[in-house]
Formats: sequence, structure tokens, C-alpha cells
Amino acid sequence: MEKFVQIEKVGQTFDTKKGKFVALRDIDLTIKQGEFIALIGHSGCGKSTLLNLIAGLTKPTTGVMLCDGREIGGPGPERAVVFQNHSLLPWLTCFENVYLAVERVFGAKEGKAKLKERTAAAINLVGLDHASSKYPHEISGGMKQRVGIARALSMQPKVLLMDEPFGALDALTRAKLQDELMKICDATQATTVMVTHDVDEAVLLSDRIVMMTNGPAATIGEILEVNLPRPRHRLTLAHDPAYIDYRAAVLEFLYEKQAHVEKMAA
Amino acid sequence: MSALTMSGDFSLEKPVDRARQEAPLGGSSITSQPVAEVVAEPAKEKKMEKPATLPVAEAGTPIGERLGAVGRAILPPLLGMVVLIGLWYVATHKGGSIPGPVQTWDAAKLLFADPFYRNGPNDQGIGWNVLSSLQRVGIGFGFAALVGIPLGFILGRSAFLSAMINPIISLLRPVSPLAWLPIGLLVFKKADPAATYTIFICSIWPMIMNTAQGVQRVPQDYLNVARVLALSEWKVVTKILFPAVLPYMLTGIRLSIGTAWLVIVAAEMLTGGVGIGFWVWDEWNNLKVEHIIIAIFVIGIVGLILEQSLILLARKLTKESS
Repeated sequence: MEKFVQIEKVGQTFDTKKGKFVALRDIDLTIKQGEFIALIGHSGCGKSTLLNLIAGLTKPTTGVMLCDGREIGGPGPERAVVFQNHSLLPWLTCFENVYLAVERVFGAKEGKAKLKERTAAAINLVGLDHASSKYPHEISGGMKQRVGIARALSMQPKVLLMDEPFGALDALTRAKLQDELMKICDATQATTVMVTHDVDEAVLLSDRIVMMTNGPAATIGEILEVNLPRPRHRLTLAHDPAYIDYRAAVLEFLYEKQAHVEKMAA
Repeated sequence: MSALTMSGDFSLEKPVDRARQEAPLGGSSITSQPVAEVVAEPAKEKKMEKPATLPVAEAGTPIGERLGAVGRAILPPLLGMVVLIGLWYVATHKGGSIPGPVQTWDAAKLLFADPFYRNGPNDQGIGWNVLSSLQRVGIGFGFAALVGIPLGFILGRSAFLSAMINPIISLLRPVSPLAWLPIGLLVFKKADPAATYTIFICSIWPMIMNTAQGVQRVPQDYLNVARVLALSEWKVVTKILFPAVLPYMLTGIRLSIGTAWLVIVAAEMLTGGVGIGFWVWDEWNNLKVEHIIIAIFVIGIVGLILEQSLILLARKLTKESS
């Protein structure tokens, strides 16, 4: 499907104590089914705001948003979110956290055994069989984030939305999870939108990189198609001239064309 | 006592446990090389040779020191009690209307020899008096929990209702519960339910306010999860709100019980019947001052037990749920 997610003329204005604050304006973006999109930009450019809009957690001030032909009216399990800080419920085990989502989506049609099977499969997908009965405070940050991904994937969402999912992790764990995510996305053909501020992550994972201008009143600056064959391997790509060019293009956008905010802030 | 500090406590406990587990190990290795912690220099050299023994030797600092830690925990309170009783003795040993520790102790021995006797409605053992006070607190507090906790949830969820009812709560909360006693007597026409009703009034405020505050402080992240999953209101309450609010609720319960136990003594002095408050007043009329002092200790100890058991319960429940 060519136009799986459609975002047309979307703007977001917040009412603040100092008056109206225009966070986003004139956002136009269509996402194909199975596509992996990265949203990248400096902090405060409204990447997360855009993601929340797609998730339905906030409503746009202007414009129209469609997902699979229907207007996005609010949050729902067909647009699963992996939150930046994992947001697992601390009083539930990893299994129970995932089960809560599975039960909500499939509980009406399927029996308990089948629901448990689905939960176990999702946990297995992120390689956490051994930690399934542990509580979130008993596992590492990377494992928590994997449970968050398992919870999102277990719902078999139409769109997987990820808000800097690996931002709080160390570089080695992040690389490992990126590789896992690539495998999972290849296997499930999930349509994914990921907010990131990591250039390498964006180039490695995405089909297209949506680069946002600086806020306030941020919008889409450029969209970069990443035509690297899959499966991708970070080590071989490191010397690939095409990969290096894509990386340079994103860096150029971020640090030359959109550098002024950094100076203003400094 | 916020949810945050709860989880903070929890993560802190792990290293302590680990240190405890290592302690016996360290203890045994210490006996084999007792010099390690006395002489610093050779110990350092040993560190260079066998780094593996280093953490063990440090974690297991000698049994004597661990006994010292126990002593540090027990000795000061013990000393405080001795000083208190000493001052009491010094203040009363020349005679006077207030009995000294020795007289009180003798009276207590007699009193506690048979705490559960019954010689008619106005002459019962101290055990019965304490139990009937506890019963009143239990009933009044139970009703307060039944009303206060759901009301707290509602106020926490609805900004409108909260804005509507909060001024009323702020107006009524500082009123001494005893001011409500005549109203209770008027409505119930009997002393006993009036006292219970007074307990209800004084217990309900902390319960409402803490529960409402807990509901308002449920992290937005958890609520976003609920929204993305589109959970039913029932699931939101049972899986997210209730566990998140539990620590606040338990704080409310603890404050309520504490206040209720404070108030019951005064309420019973006014209403009479059987109960520790009434007993104090009765013994004052009998001029048995040593019994009043015993009652003060009993009230204090029961209050302490109530408080500590609720703290234990809170710790157990939040440990399970966090």
C-alpha cells in the first residue's frame, strides 16, 4: 500500500502561559506499508510531538491524519508505541506487562492458552525467555527496552512508533538492539516510525530519513531516501561509500543547514 | 512516602542484602588472617598479591564490629528509657501525689495478673478496656476507609469534583473531631456509636487526601500506556491506578489510625462505657494515679504497635507490587 499513513498539512500549536506556541507547521508526509522511517532533528524540533500525533496521544491543531484509510482520532493498539523510558508497569512481571497488551487486543477472540502463547512468542522474539518472570526493576535498561518492544510487537500493530527507544542505553547495548530491531522488522514487515537523534542509527535502520528543521514552528526540511540493500550489517556498511554519503548528507543537514539554533542557545 | 522513594528504598536494599550474605564468608576468612584489618600496611601488600581476597576481607569486618552495630541500634533507646525512668524516680522519690516507678510497677503486676475480669459494666479488666477501644477505632476507621478511599479516587480523577469538594474538606479538616461528638450523640442517641462516629470523622480526611494525591501523581507514562493500549476503565483502575496509588493509600491509612487512636481516648472520656479512655477517667475518679500512668504506657505501646504493623504491611505490599 503506497499511502498507509498520510499526514496532510498538519500543524500543532500549544497554549502556554506566554501565549500560543507553534510547535509544528505544514507537515506533509506519506508512509508506505512496511516502510521504516526515522525522524531526526535537533532537540526541541518537534520530532516527539509528531510521533505523539501519529500515536493519537495529542490531536493536531490543523490538518488531517489518516492511518490505513481511517482518520486518527485517538490512541489505539493498532499504533503501538515504544516509549523512550520503556514505561513498563513496575508491579507486573515482564510477562504480565506484555500479557496486558495481548489480552487487550486478542482477549475477545482467543482463549487464555493462546494469549499466553502469543505473549511468550513476543518475549521470545526479543530474546528474553529467561527474564519473563522477572520484575522490571530486576533487569537492565536494555532488557526493559526490549520488553517494551515486545509489548508493542505483541499487539501486531499496523504501525510501530518508537520514541528514541535506545536513547538512554549505552553504545554497545544500543548497537545490539538496533541489529535485533532490524531482524524483527525484516521478519514482521512492520511499518515503523522511529524518533532518533543518532545519525548512524537513522542511516542504518531507515528506508527514509525525515529531517526536521529547528523549532519553533518546525517542519520537514528534507527527506533522504536510503537505498542500501537489506539485510544491512553495520561492519560492512562502515566502509560502504553509499553509507558514508548518506551519513554525510544527514550530518550536513543537521550541522550546517540547521545549525543556527545551537548558536542561539549557546 | 511517595512511590518514588518506595522504589528507591527497594533498590537500596539489594546491596545491603548482598553484604549480609558475604558477611559470614568474610567472618571465616578473618579468623584465618586476623591481622588484615588491624595493620594497614601488610594488608595493602596482601592486596597486591591476592586481589581475590580483598572484597571478602573488607566486607566481613569483624564480628565485634557487627555486634557494635547491634549495640548502636539498641543502646541509645535503652539508655533513653533508663534516663526517663531515672528522672521519674528522682522527681517522685520524696513522695507526693504522683507515684514513682516502683509503686507503678507493683500496681501493674497486680493489674496485669488478671486483665480480663468482669465485675459488671463499669468494672472490667484493662484488657477488655483496650479491646473495646480498639474495636471502636476499627469500626470507625473501617467505615472511613470504605467511604474515604473511593472518594479519594473520584476526587483524584475529576478536577471538577476536586475543585468542588476540596474547599469543604479544607474547612472541616482542622476542626477537632471532638466538636463532632455532640452531633453524633444527637443523631445516634447513644454514646457508643457517637464515639465510633467521631473516629470515622477524624480518620476520613487523611484517607481522602492521600488517596486523591496518589491518584493525581500517577506517572503520565503509565497513563499513556493505558491510552495506547486503550484499556478499559476497570483495567486502568486495577492494573494501573490501584497499584500506583497503594503507597499513598497506605500512608493515609497510617495517619488515620494514628489520629483515631489519639482521639478515641478523649472521646471515651466524654462518652463513658468501657474503653481505655473511660478507664483513665474512672481511675482518676478513684484517685488511682498509678493506674493512669500505666494507662499512658499502654496507650503508647498499643499506638506504637498499630503504627509499626502498618509500616510493615506497607513495606510488604509495596515490595510485592513494585
